[in-house]
Amino acid sequence: MTHATRRGNANFGVLLVLIGVAIAVLNAVAFHPGAGTQWTKRTEHVHTLEDGSEVRWTEHEAVSVKEGREMAALEEDAAPLFARTVGLWGAAILTLCIFSFLLGDNPLYKAAEAIVVGASAAYWMVIGFWETMVPNLLAGLFPGWTRDTFMPKLALEAETDYLLLIPLALSVLLLLRLAPKIGWISRWPTAFIIGVFCGLRFISSLEADFLSQIGPTIKPLIVMGENGFDLESSFSNIVLVLGTLACLVYFFFSVEHKGAVGKVARSGIWMLMITFGAAFGYTVMGRIALLAGRFEFLFDDWLWLIDPKDAHPAQAFLQTIAPMLT
Amino acid sequence: MMKRTIPMLLAMAAGIVMILAYFFPLLAPLQDKTTVWFNILAAVAFILGGGNLLKVHLKKVSDRREGWAYSMITLAAFVSVLAIGLFKLGVNPLDEFPTQRMAGDFRAEGSGFWYVYEYVFAPLTATIFSMLAFYVASAAFRAFRAKNLEAILLLGTAFVILLGRTAAGVFLTDFLPEEGMLANFRLENLTVWIMNNPVTAGNRAIMIGIALGTASVSLKILLGVDRSYLGGGD
Repeated sequence: MTHATRRGNANFGVLLVLIGVAIAVLNAVAFHPGAGTQWTKRTEHVHTLEDGSEVRWTEHEAVSVKEGREMAALEEDAAPLFARTVGLWGAAILTLCIFSFLLGDNPLYKAAEAIVVGASAAYWMVIGFWETMVPNLLAGLFPGWTRDTFMPKLALEAETDYLLLIPLALSVLLLLRLAPKIGWISRWPTAFIIGVFCGLRFISSLEADFLSQIGPTIKPLIVMGENGFDLESSFSNIVLVLGTLACLVYFFFSVEHKGAVGKVARSGIWMLMITFGAAFGYTVMGRIALLAGRFEFLFDDWLWLIDPKDAHPAQAFLQTIAPMLT
Repeated sequence: MMKRTIPMLLAMAAGIVMILAYFFPLLAPLQDKTTVWFNILAAVAFILGGGNLLKVHLKKVSDRREGWAYSMITLAAFVSVLAIGLFKLGVNPLDEFPTQRMAGDFRAEGSGFWYVYEYVFAPLTATIFSMLAFYVASAAFRAFRAKNLEAILLLGTAFVILLGRTAAGVFLTDFLPEEGMLANFRLENLTVWIMNNPVTAGNRAIMIGIALGTASVSLKILLGVDRSYLGGGD
């Protein structure tokens, strides 16, 4: 592909995203008024404190547009929420930006990709902080402060666990990897992580992946049912037992794959090819299911062109044209 | 000594405690504590990753290297999500503790972090993975050729599995009886049989291979034979 062609595709990708957004705006204004609106049911929380002051906040629970309008008609507190509507439109535009890569690399795709990288790194950091560091490290080292600030349900009798100073010190040492001159100190916590992981995996892999795989493989090759010889079960068991053995022979490289061993190893390859074929089939299906999910998001939640969940008040596009087609 | 021997001994001690704790329940509390420490360090590794991302992209921006504008976007996304998550922006307090805003659930519906997940993280990652459907299909079309028995088996199985799990598969072999020997050749039944027998056989062999490989690599590390995790240098 020449430079000019690549540039052409990039421009085409950007153009298509812009056209897509323009059509969506037109659709939301002219064809399906309010398309992409997110409705919520509001619940007001009011707490009166001992000193007489009040603490208030509003909780929003997502409801479908149809439910929201019905609730509003019954004078329940439901209304469109601007922030969530903006969020949905943003998610839809980012989705289009990612899809634009199908036409070639372009600035909108790169921007969306940059957002994925930054947001993912921060996302997992936040999860690690609130779900691991706070309950395991901060609650152990500073129970009183953690209870008053983050975890009011922390037991009152919780005491400081001074042994947690060890992982705290190892954590600091691990972060020293970012300092080039003393980065070697991070080998200590790294070695600890690797040592623990090896110890855990040594036992768990032998127990769960080795022994537990052998047990169910030891099956009778000739199965006798209530009516005598059971051909179907016997054939299935033969395929399972001999297939597993054949694959293992293929993985055994200490003996040259020649003669009888070679033939068995070759049948092992056939079994593995069937396994990989099934894995491939499932991968394709999984991705197509994800793709269908994204299209459903765009055409149902955003544009209201389809309505499989019966969530929109306006008649969806396909439902509108269906009688015309028939 | 400090750079190689001590970390190696640390890895050996930590790993051997974990193994011994399985055989001697008296060591179980020590194993529990070590596992908690391991989890803390794993969480700190995410902070290290974030720090590294900051370092790399700040350098790229300061050097005005090609694509520095995208690095700015990465940094902006990183810092915003981090601030939203760590300061629990938009999080409501728990009903039992109305004065402790920071005690609220950071992932609760309507919180800032929930917005990030719902409208940025989930749609972007799902779309990126869904695009693989196109690339897997096009790569398969270009690479897969039924030119030998192995390739035929791979393609045939993928075809049967794909058809068997959809309405089209049921429709195609609808003429076969629902009971008896021939029922096994209905695509939906054939798919189940393939998954339960040849695919299970292949997966079991792979799992056994992985387990043996994991155990042997673990032993090599714990016995100090493999020290590659310490990197180069003294």
